[in-house]
Amino acid sequence: MRGKLAAYLGRLVRRNRVRADGGEVNANATRDGFVSDEFTASLPYWLPPFVVMGLAVYGAILWNFFLSLTDTSGFQTPNYANLDFEMYAKAFADPVFIGALRNTFALLVAFTVLCLVVGLVVAVLVDQGIRYENTFRTIYLLPMALSFVVTAQFWLWMYNQQNGLVNIILGVVGLGPYEWIGNPSLVLGAVVFALIWQFSGYAMVVYLAGLRAIPTEQFEAARVDGATTLRMYWRVILPQLKGATISASVVLMVFALKAFDFLYSLTGSYYPPKGSDILATMMVRQAFVANNRAYAAAIGIMLFALALVIVAPYLLYQYRAGEL
Amino acid sequence: MTETNALSGRSWRSTALYAVLVLLVVFYLLPLWTGLVTSIKADVLATAPFLPPAPAGFTSVHWTRAVNALAGGLVNSLILAIPATILSALLGSMAAYGLTTLDWRYQVPILMLFIAGIFIPYQAVLIPLSKFWASVVPVSDLVGYVGLAGWVGDLVGLILSHVAYGIPICTLLFRTYYKDFNEEMIEAARLDGATTHTIYRRIILPLSVPMFAVTLIYQFTQVWNDLLFALVLVGPGAGAPVTVPLSQLGASLSEVGFGIRMAGAFVAALPTIIVYVLFGDQFAEGVST
Repeated sequence: MRGKLAAYLGRLVRRNRVRADGGEVNANATRDGFVSDEFTASLPYWLPPFVVMGLAVYGAILWNFFLSLTDTSGFQTPNYANLDFEMYAKAFADPVFIGALRNTFALLVAFTVLCLVVGLVVAVLVDQGIRYENTFRTIYLLPMALSFVVTAQFWLWMYNQQNGLVNIILGVVGLGPYEWIGNPSLVLGAVVFALIWQFSGYAMVVYLAGLRAIPTEQFEAARVDGATTLRMYWRVILPQLKGATISASVVLMVFALKAFDFLYSLTGSYYPPKGSDILATMMVRQAFVANNRAYAAAIGIMLFALALVIVAPYLLYQYRAGEL
Repeated sequence: MTETNALSGRSWRSTALYAVLVLLVVFYLLPLWTGLVTSIKADVLATAPFLPPAPAGFTSVHWTRAVNALAGGLVNSLILAIPATILSALLGSMAAYGLTTLDWRYQVPILMLFIAGIFIPYQAVLIPLSKFWASVVPVSDLVGYVGLAGWVGDLVGLILSHVAYGIPICTLLFRTYYKDFNEEMIEAARLDGATTHTIYRRIILPLSVPMFAVTLIYQFTQVWNDLLFALVLVGPGAGAPVTVPLSQLGASLSEVGFGIRMAGAFVAALPTIIVYVLFGDQFAEGVST
């Protein structure tokens, strides 16, 4: 409804602007004023989407924050008169939360770092002026086009204890069979490996774009200097991929925070395999199974804070570099 | 002599390079290939998981069952993904135009708010979102007044949610595109007396076609693949998008269920795989922006 109102206001504003169009030549003169012609003219375009997005994202986060300060559970209506940080204190005294927090960090760090390494290596290989480059690249990126629900089905079969391909391959060198999904100390590693399979193609694409942006002369100059290929990549090329590394790692970390879909699909329930509970799965379970809405809201806010810690410096960096 | 050495060194190096690249192809395709051959085996344990069945052991029964189990979900996913994709792309293009081509002060802070929206973990908005569609705007009740089933309303709520949360990434995609537009061209149109609206309709939109392809493909894949919103806002039942029944498929059947699970995974993924094969370059552009 508010979107409609904004659209109406937008039309109103635009009509006024059309009327003022006779004095269009003056546009630059008023440019420095707060309400410039360009500004009023721009409103109907960005304001409706901004209102929709603003309410859905920032409005909802604010609502969620206040909900997290209540102690709503079960079918009570939240009492917004009595606000405190009790749910946050409860979280840090809850061993389930601490475990999920630890798993979240482990997943975040292991997945992001390994994904970047694999992506970089593959990107360097693809960048060697190979034939059929497009085909190779397309195949490496394919898993990313698939749903977490789909890839979880494939990996459940790959990790099957008796008949899965992973244990068959390991059996050739005399290892296993391991219970990848059922063993709480192995499952997180198995999940990380599957996610690397799915997203290293993304890291490759970002690195490839970074590599292509480096002038060819630099590769040649380093070669004339007698640097070996490995040293050249380490000393000359890698430092220039800083931008690609930063943007790829931010996106990958945020993906890791969202890994709910994959973990849910491993069991088809709100209870992921033992040992792989992360904040994303715990929050949804607390909200829609246990019905502890205030507690779930607090976990959601902490996830948001985590994302903010990752994203805010990145946006600032992009802003300073004039990339936005 | 040294020349032939260098040559053979180079060809050895290139052979090794291609060997590694092919091994990587095997790595990325193996889970898909294993799934595919498993989905056509009458007895999924008859041969090693990566080997196709013997001619006598071939069956299409898993595929038939998977299609039957997921047909309704596929239809729902199409009803969901197509309008959600088009709407968020349009709104993204509009926002990017108002924040890029039109030039005014303080547009960058507004833009930052849009971009930060890309990285929001949905868990931070999930309870308000479900409350919103349940009690503030109870879509599933509202559609009852026009004689539609409640799940149609749930689906409408899901579509609009995907539109709202898709706006940030669509805006960013169009923003990076519009930033490189030739300013003189737009200035010239303005001097000819074109209004902001005419410039958008006649110049910006027609030039945006390649970016619309990128955005539509990216966003379609995102919406189609989502499980969390579908689960919370619609849940299992008549309105469920395909990811919801897929996540339950064959779970009660242990090993024997992997035939139908693998077939189901392909059935549910087929639209995104087709889109990816046809428009892989646009998808790559979408993810790397």
